[in-house]
Amino acid sequence: MDGLVIKAGGWLALALLALVMAALAVDAPFAVHMGIVAVAALAVLWATVSQADYGAMARGLLKMPASESVYDDDPVRWGVIATLFWGIAGMGAGLFIALQLAFPALNFNLEYTTFGRLRPLHTSAVIFAFGGNALIATSFYVVQRTCRARLAFPKLARFVFWGYQLFIVLAATGYLMGVTAAKEYAEPEWYVDLWLTIVWVAYLAVFVGTIVKRREPHIYVANWFYLSFIITIAMLHIVNNLSMPASILGSKSYAAFAGVQDALTQWWYGHNAVGFFLTAGFLAMMYYFVPKQAERPVYSYRLSIIHFWSLIFLYIWAGPHHLHYTALPDWAQTLGMVFSIMLWMPSWGGMINGLMTLNGAWDKIRTDPIIRMMVMALAFYGMSTFEGPMMSIKWVNSMSHYTDWTIGHVHSGALGWNGMITFACVYYLVPRLWGRERLYSLRMVNWHFWLATVGIVFYAASMWVAGIMQGLMWREYGADGYLVYSFAESVAAMHPMYLIRAAGGAMYLAGFLIMIVNVWATLAGRVRAEKPMTETPYNAAADRPLVAVPAE
Amino acid sequence: MATQPAEKRLSHKKLERNVTLLGFFSLIAVTIGGIVEIAPLFWIDNTIEKVDGMRPYTPLELAGRNIYMREGCYTCHSQMIRPFRDEVERYGHYSLAAESMYDHPFQWGSKRTGPDLARVGGRYSDEWHKAHLIDPRSVVPESIMPPYAFLAERDLYVGDMRNDLTALSRVGVPYSKEAIAAANDDMNAQVDPAAGVELQKRYPKAQVRDFDGNPDRLTEMDALIAYLQMLGTLVDVEKAAPQEQGAAPEEVKR
Repeated sequence: MDGLVIKAGGWLALALLALVMAALAVDAPFAVHMGIVAVAALAVLWATVSQADYGAMARGLLKMPASESVYDDDPVRWGVIATLFWGIAGMGAGLFIALQLAFPALNFNLEYTTFGRLRPLHTSAVIFAFGGNALIATSFYVVQRTCRARLAFPKLARFVFWGYQLFIVLAATGYLMGVTAAKEYAEPEWYVDLWLTIVWVAYLAVFVGTIVKRREPHIYVANWFYLSFIITIAMLHIVNNLSMPASILGSKSYAAFAGVQDALTQWWYGHNAVGFFLTAGFLAMMYYFVPKQAERPVYSYRLSIIHFWSLIFLYIWAGPHHLHYTALPDWAQTLGMVFSIMLWMPSWGGMINGLMTLNGAWDKIRTDPIIRMMVMALAFYGMSTFEGPMMSIKWVNSMSHYTDWTIGHVHSGALGWNGMITFACVYYLVPRLWGRERLYSLRMVNWHFWLATVGIVFYAASMWVAGIMQGLMWREYGADGYLVYSFAESVAAMHPMYLIRAAGGAMYLAGFLIMIVNVWATLAGRVRAEKPMTETPYNAAADRPLVAVPAE
Repeated sequence: MATQPAEKRLSHKKLERNVTLLGFFSLIAVTIGGIVEIAPLFWIDNTIEKVDGMRPYTPLELAGRNIYMREGCYTCHSQMIRPFRDEVERYGHYSLAAESMYDHPFQWGSKRTGPDLARVGGRYSDEWHKAHLIDPRSVVPESIMPPYAFLAERDLYVGDMRNDLTALSRVGVPYSKEAIAAANDDMNAQVDPAAGVELQKRYPKAQVRDFDGNPDRLTEMDALIAYLQMLGTLVDVEKAAPQEQGAAPEEVKR
């Protein structure tokens, strides 16, 4: 009971503090953000008081343990829904800004809808909101199953989920209002960064705590990847966002580093947001869900050890390839290039380990659309981790840098690898989390697969052409020794490519909308009458933590 | 199981059974690269070759730079000219490290949906910039840039600029105490030719005039154009060239 009073009082105090800061704010966006924080704190206060489990309090007084016999899957369920919700927002924003590049009238002459403000909204929404929620949800699911134990600190796990959503709302509304640190993929301002740091430390505590209370002697390989993802992102986030606020009551801050040092710190962060958020974390998903869906063990244990350590060691060095031929010292550029090329090997180690896991189950590619998605995800992972090292070669980079080729490269990784593996995992999870017999429709998964695949092909192909065309036009000299094209001519030449790219994005989004319908119908408990496809059986009775049963 | 003790000591199994060791070693693995690549940039002297002419931003330029960041201009415009014949011909002398030494954060960018802006200062008139920002397609028909008409309609509201200069001086930008104390006055003085003399003493090469064609008001358009018009104008790159010759041994090594 005392705990309830303290907690409710704490949330009330936080709400009041936020309101005071809103009232004293030196700029309007900061006042809006403190208002959002106050509302969030009041919502938690209401939830704390109205949903207080008075029975649990009684049990606490009597020192009765909570039920350890089922996994704690509530945060996982919320996370799956949040993944889909933010996915629509992020991909919709992406399609919209793609259309803005083809039709600038879509900027609507309003400050809130300009490309410059919506582009960070798109990147953050797909990476941190869609991808981040997928990572948090699957990590909570996987760590419980592979440790045969319930989540440690269940309340903290809920704080992680809701705290992360608050981070997303503050970041997204901030971009629309023009609150930005103006460092790519690290745009949230100082107070939002501080909040994310708190949430992230709580995430680490829940994850490590669950591993500590495991009932299995080994820590499964998926958890190595999740662990290194959580630790490394914490390091990158803190160092790259070091900054000095202009006022403790305002949103504006100035980065701690400047110029060359800031550039390399930023791309050390930026490239490893790719390396650890979008690679290590998603490889963790691959290492659990691919063997589960294929019902085959991981291909090579030895390969997973070698590729884990070499991947995390090498990735960190690759940042300078974003700064080739800039004012960054040449030795750093060359070092970055060399390590980027070496990185090809551990990347393909992961792809091979995933693909070869299908040994003995290759026929499922034909009959199981979820396996098909996983295989396509790994294929795109392999393709983009070949393309990346190639683009990091200085000679190639001298042409590809600053062009749309980079955008195409990023999207073959993001749409092909991160998107496809997330979709496959969500399709795997939904019937199991909600206790449904099967998905509403596997045929619709198949439709989703083809729309997404063809959409990516349109996207990547148009951006290759666009990027190489830009690179060549910018450096084209005529026989008279003058530059042939003005910059504006290269912009005009992009128009058809931007249309094809938007069409590819629209197909990808259409596939995702089919997924939303499918998941929605599954949650509603409906099953579509259709010709059956291969399903992976699920034994709900075995999907439980190991609990020491006291002798009667 | 008769495993040899030596083998046991080196076994990966230890890491797989101990989350503390696993976390510790993965943290070690991911710190090395960053330390080797980033840390030396802070103490190797020739990372930033010294050049004449660099100075901190005037308060108005800084306010303009903050608008540049707020509107996400860096998502489409780079400020980093690479040392290639075509880029130097198109945009001007390649960018020097010293030219962004007071940029917290840097704005080198990663994408050229629009052209590089590192040396855009002085290339176009104030009137061109204003027309272009209000309606880009009125001056460049092929442009796909969003319109920023609202900048001309909005008074520049930045709160107390002394806070901003103080924050920057805390992270190493050499603003003097006088410059910080005069920050708000200096900001207004830059659009007032009668009052700009003191400002130009503190900030050499500062351009003092009304930038947006509306002398009655200090607007966000004033600030942004003031920033754009000073980009790349501080360092006399021709004079900087002999200093680069001085660093010739580096060139030979490459």
